[in-house]
Amino acid sequence: MAGEVSAVLQVHVARRNAGVPSFQLDVAVEVLPGITILFGPSGAGKSTLLDCIAGLLCPDAGRIKIGEDTLFDSQNHIDISPQRRRMAYVFQSLALFPHMTVKQNVGYGLANLPENERLSRIDEILRAFHVESLSGRRPLEISGGEKQRVALARSLVTLPRVLLLDEPLSGLDAELKSLIVADLRAWNVKQKIPIVYVTHTREEVEALGERVIVLDQGRVVSQGYPHAVLGAPRNRKLAQALGFENLFGGTVLDLSQVDGVMRVRLEESATEIEVPLGYAAPNDRVKIAIRAGDILLADQRPQGLSARNVLKGKIAALEQRGTTVIVRVEAGVTFTVHVTPSAARSLGLAAGKPVWIVLKTHSCHLVGE
Amino acid sequence: MEALLLSVRLAVWVSAILFVIGLPLAYWLAYSRWPGKFLIESIVALPLVLPPTVLGFYVLVAMGSRGPLGKLWQAAFGHGLAFTFTGLVIASVLYSLPFTVQPLVASFESVDRKLLDASAVLGAGRLRTFYRVILPMSIPGVITALVLSFAHTLGEFGVVLMVGGNLAGATRTVSIDIYDHVQALQYAEANRMALVLLAFSFVVLSIVYGLNRRIGRRVWSPWPAK
Repeated sequence: MAGEVSAVLQVHVARRNAGVPSFQLDVAVEVLPGITILFGPSGAGKSTLLDCIAGLLCPDAGRIKIGEDTLFDSQNHIDISPQRRRMAYVFQSLALFPHMTVKQNVGYGLANLPENERLSRIDEILRAFHVESLSGRRPLEISGGEKQRVALARSLVTLPRVLLLDEPLSGLDAELKSLIVADLRAWNVKQKIPIVYVTHTREEVEALGERVIVLDQGRVVSQGYPHAVLGAPRNRKLAQALGFENLFGGTVLDLSQVDGVMRVRLEESATEIEVPLGYAAPNDRVKIAIRAGDILLADQRPQGLSARNVLKGKIAALEQRGTTVIVRVEAGVTFTVHVTPSAARSLGLAAGKPVWIVLKTHSCHLVGE
Repeated sequence: MEALLLSVRLAVWVSAILFVIGLPLAYWLAYSRWPGKFLIESIVALPLVLPPTVLGFYVLVAMGSRGPLGKLWQAAFGHGLAFTFTGLVIASVLYSLPFTVQPLVASFESVDRKLLDASAVLGAGRLRTFYRVILPMSIPGVITALVLSFAHTLGEFGVVLMVGGNLAGATRTVSIDIYDHVQALQYAEANRMALVLLAFSFVVLSIVYGLNRRIGRRVWSPWPAK
């Protein structure tokens, strides 16, 4: 049994969901020990994939293995029941048993252990997740963050071979989230199991992931390290999901192979920008994605910059949301720009004020449909 | 008084038997994915719409000395089944079946499926999931089922008359007794018994509805949800 620890999870599944004829899950991935983020827009098939891995849903075809242990194999008619897969699964709703105390919840998966070992394991995990003082309470009597800790403890106390997390920390503020993740990482230093962490927010990918797998419409569209994957979205839907606030259609005007750039006119406006060279020809229609945080604003025409795109515009609207000021700038097309409140104050940004938009060529990403 | 005690004895037996039959049947109805399930659901609900005399008639035919159940019983125990207390219990079990099964199904179905998934992933088999998760979370439904089957059996008339006849101490239940008194123009006695039944039924239903309100969700009632 001990030899199975730190085994790799191999998943190769195909499944057609009943009732949604267009949706088909078709995924082949390897999940290494450590946290792997499963990322994608809602409806991408993330939860379906987790349900298949856990054995709650049966794939139409494929193979699921942990190390050398086969859990599912459609060709050899192997389908190990969820009870015997020795996996842990924390649902978005957490699914704590409301009629049981924290201690009873955490002990639920340890029914086969002798009483004293059971109790010591429960105590140990409650301490590891800093909820030992809650052991007599019921789920309705504890806070959201505490529930999430208890749900993690209940899953991990069984020493699973794989941990599946379906947006378990949604609804928590960033600080609380990072504290809980720190406890999870500390626990996994010893266990070294593959952890699949589902999310649809980009912040979580950047904060948590050692690796990321991007799912869209049931297929893996990208995988690798968070920065590489998130920096260059390949298609429009992904760009939207990743939070590229500016998505423009454009027409290629000319290409410069030598400089590795091309000029694109945005939408039907007269605004032209320089973007990295893509696989395109003059007059082709392309899509450009630009992150709102990658755009600079200046209150006078900037001089001596390396940035190739400087556009004159006018502020159409201004709105502060949390610690971000969202500025809409009309410059032939409407750009969305994020600046800090202090930057907005020192530039004296206000609706109607003329500004210059500064845009690096490599902040403009070409995306497919 | 003898009639009232007989009715209570009948109701206790029937509720106990229905509880034992009802749990697995309701579990199956709540979770089975068999496409023909609706047929079984219809059969279970049949006593709700069928006139008691129709149900009683078929049960009587089955239990009669030439009916299949009657013959079987005669062979096993040496006496007939019709017009006995046992026969009355069997007929009442059939007649009160939906009053046990429907509240149980409703409360089993209201248990969040994710809790059942969580239980499975944590290694619990179906039986353990049932006793540790489904049943404790369905307590109001279980109480409703017990109370309704008890009360419904206590007050039934048509089936009893068809299957049991009117034998003092064996099959003369309180509702038959009331009927007898009315036929004999003994209104005072009839009124006394009727009042007892009325008060009892009111108390029982108040308990069920009060419980449903306290639990904060509707477990089951014959009235459509508001």
